[in-house]
Amino acid sequence: MSELLLDYLPLVVFIAVAIAIGLALLVAPFIVAYQNPDPEKLSAYECGFNAFDDARMKFDVRFYLVAILFIIFDLEVSFLFPWAVAFGQLGPFGFWSMMLFLGVLTIGFIYEWKKGALEWD
Amino acid sequence: MILAALFFYLFAGVCVASAFMVIAAKNPVHSVLFLILAFVSASGLFVLLGAEFLAMILIVVYVGAVAVLFLFVVMMLDVDFAELRQGFLNYLPVGALIGALVLVELLLVVGAWVIGAGVPKTITAPIPPMDAITNTEALGLVLYTRYVYYFQAAGIVLLVAMVGAIVLTLQHRARVKRQDMAAQVRRTKAEAMEVVKVRSGQGLT
Amino acid sequence: MAEFWTSYLWPLIIMVAQSVLLLVILLVAIAYILLADRKIWAAVQIRRGPNVVGPWGLLQSFADLLKFVLKEPTIPAAANKGVFLLAPLVTCVLALAAWAVIPVDIGWVIADINVGILYIFAISSLMVYGVIMAGWASNSKYPFLAALRSAAQMVSYEVSIGFVIITVLLCVGSLRITDIVEAQNTRFGLFGWYWLPLFPMFVVFFVSALAETNRPPFDLVEAESELVAGFMVEYGSTPYMMFMLGEYVAIATMCAMTTILFMGGWLPPIPYPPFTWVPGVVWFVGKAFFVFFMFAMVKAFVPRYRYDQLMRLGWKVFLPLSLAMVAIVAAVLQFAGLAPK
Repeated sequence: MSELLLDYLPLVVFIAVAIAIGLALLVAPFIVAYQNPDPEKLSAYECGFNAFDDARMKFDVRFYLVAILFIIFDLEVSFLFPWAVAFGQLGPFGFWSMMLFLGVLTIGFIYEWKKGALEWD
Repeated sequence: MILAALFFYLFAGVCVASAFMVIAAKNPVHSVLFLILAFVSASGLFVLLGAEFLAMILIVVYVGAVAVLFLFVVMMLDVDFAELRQGFLNYLPVGALIGALVLVELLLVVGAWVIGAGVPKTITAPIPPMDAITNTEALGLVLYTRYVYYFQAAGIVLLVAMVGAIVLTLQHRARVKRQDMAAQVRRTKAEAMEVVKVRSGQGLT
Repeated sequence: MAEFWTSYLWPLIIMVAQSVLLLVILLVAIAYILLADRKIWAAVQIRRGPNVVGPWGLLQSFADLLKFVLKEPTIPAAANKGVFLLAPLVTCVLALAAWAVIPVDIGWVIADINVGILYIFAISSLMVYGVIMAGWASNSKYPFLAALRSAAQMVSYEVSIGFVIITVLLCVGSLRITDIVEAQNTRFGLFGWYWLPLFPMFVVFFVSALAETNRPPFDLVEAESELVAGFMVEYGSTPYMMFMLGEYVAIATMCAMTTILFMGGWLPPIPYPPFTWVPGVVWFVGKAFFVFFMFAMVKAFVPRYRYDQLMRLGWKVFLPLSLAMVAIVAAVLQFAGLAPK
């Protein structure tokens, strides 16, 4: 138990040091650099004219679809990790079990493809 | 071990505090960011329990995928929250009623919960022992064989989710020109171009 | 008191010292990788590249750092200030955090955890947050569009990277990075490394790594002609630099990952003297730099993809290919009895 946690302690220390370096870099110009803001400088970037309205807007539902499909395949990958690690000891049953699982998802993938969900237009 | 206790209180404290901020924050994007913080500290708690695989999967799946979708939705749906709040008082009685119902149900469930006599002992000692086998491998040894039905059911659930997502969101725009790679590659010089000798002063008819 | 000193404080000091040492070396290495990138690109186009600051421009990156720190930092008036500043910090820290588990030689690692490869996979799946947060917090049209594109792109190639890692893990049987390298330690030397038996996956991983780090030809995030500088348009001074830093650290991580997964990590290419006398870290750095050289050459040679082509490549070519390879590799290992016990 404690041995496992001791593996992780240096990781926490490392991330803490990385955060410290990152913060130092982020804060540095606010301390040393010359600052003289004006409304034009602080306005959003546009091609020559002032922005009409808030830049956040509705966008194509396709991006959500990509995100949802990503979740599904990500879950599939996370099911594969323990299988790959224990693969040598699982025997044929474990192998065919996973092949069935992948087969079911391949059906879903073919459905996606045929429906044109992977087309980007 | 005092260090482990300190980290436990750190992660648990951050987890509870950020979970509270998820419902307390005014800006929904901040809510999702606090939700991510809650996930990350929960995965810290998993590591403290020795469940390193679950900790990493929690980050990969929940923070890396699910929360991205949440962020997409709240960031870019462009919901006007001032407008939403206007109807707040009208919906308050119904909302309060549903909230009370859920609370009662939760109390009933938790109140009727009986913890088996042997459970507290096994809860702190993972099976099999951690120094003999990593918990990813231990999980892999049972998930695909002993719990094969649950595993396949998970596969079916994923399939349904995939089909559902497509049925709900997919719509094709009309008059879109798509690239057909195979057709492009198949084209030959003979059918794609034609050399025409044009006499001067006449042009093509 | 003395007991407290020896059992708590001293190990902590050592850990901090190791972390600082690794980070400093990494950041200096990044400074020279950046320079190398510019020099290689210049050489392909028959230019000189940076050559003014220091001999052969060797101090260019440090001059850039100084310039960034002295620039005026601006936060747009319409931006969400907290998230706006959090985004570069997240990008930079996450990119650096991956290096805690990357071993450059046997035992030369900050934390050799059991799930090392999964940790890196998790970190790389979080990298998308810096982009989304920056794009949203800027409250400006160009960053917003770039963030959307980039998020969808990174997410799409993440899946292929996952499947590629699975095929390697099937041959190894462990998530510990040290074990992955040691599994490639055969008497065949460089022909025993996984790039040969898993060659299609090597290619898929390399291209996906390009897409995942938004390198050309997949740098649609910052396609200058369409989106000016992508999600970082509104950034200046060190916040901008931290995005660049995060990007290059992520590239270095991907080079190290390619080295570990497919090119035998710190193992010598020919497992006999005099090659075994060379320290492992030299081989590791040499191989990682070779991969980086390929990254730079791709940037110089290959024209940029269009967005629909990019999505097609990710979802319709790499995903089925890598999925099929998982099944094929598993079947070969299963029926030839080669699976690691």
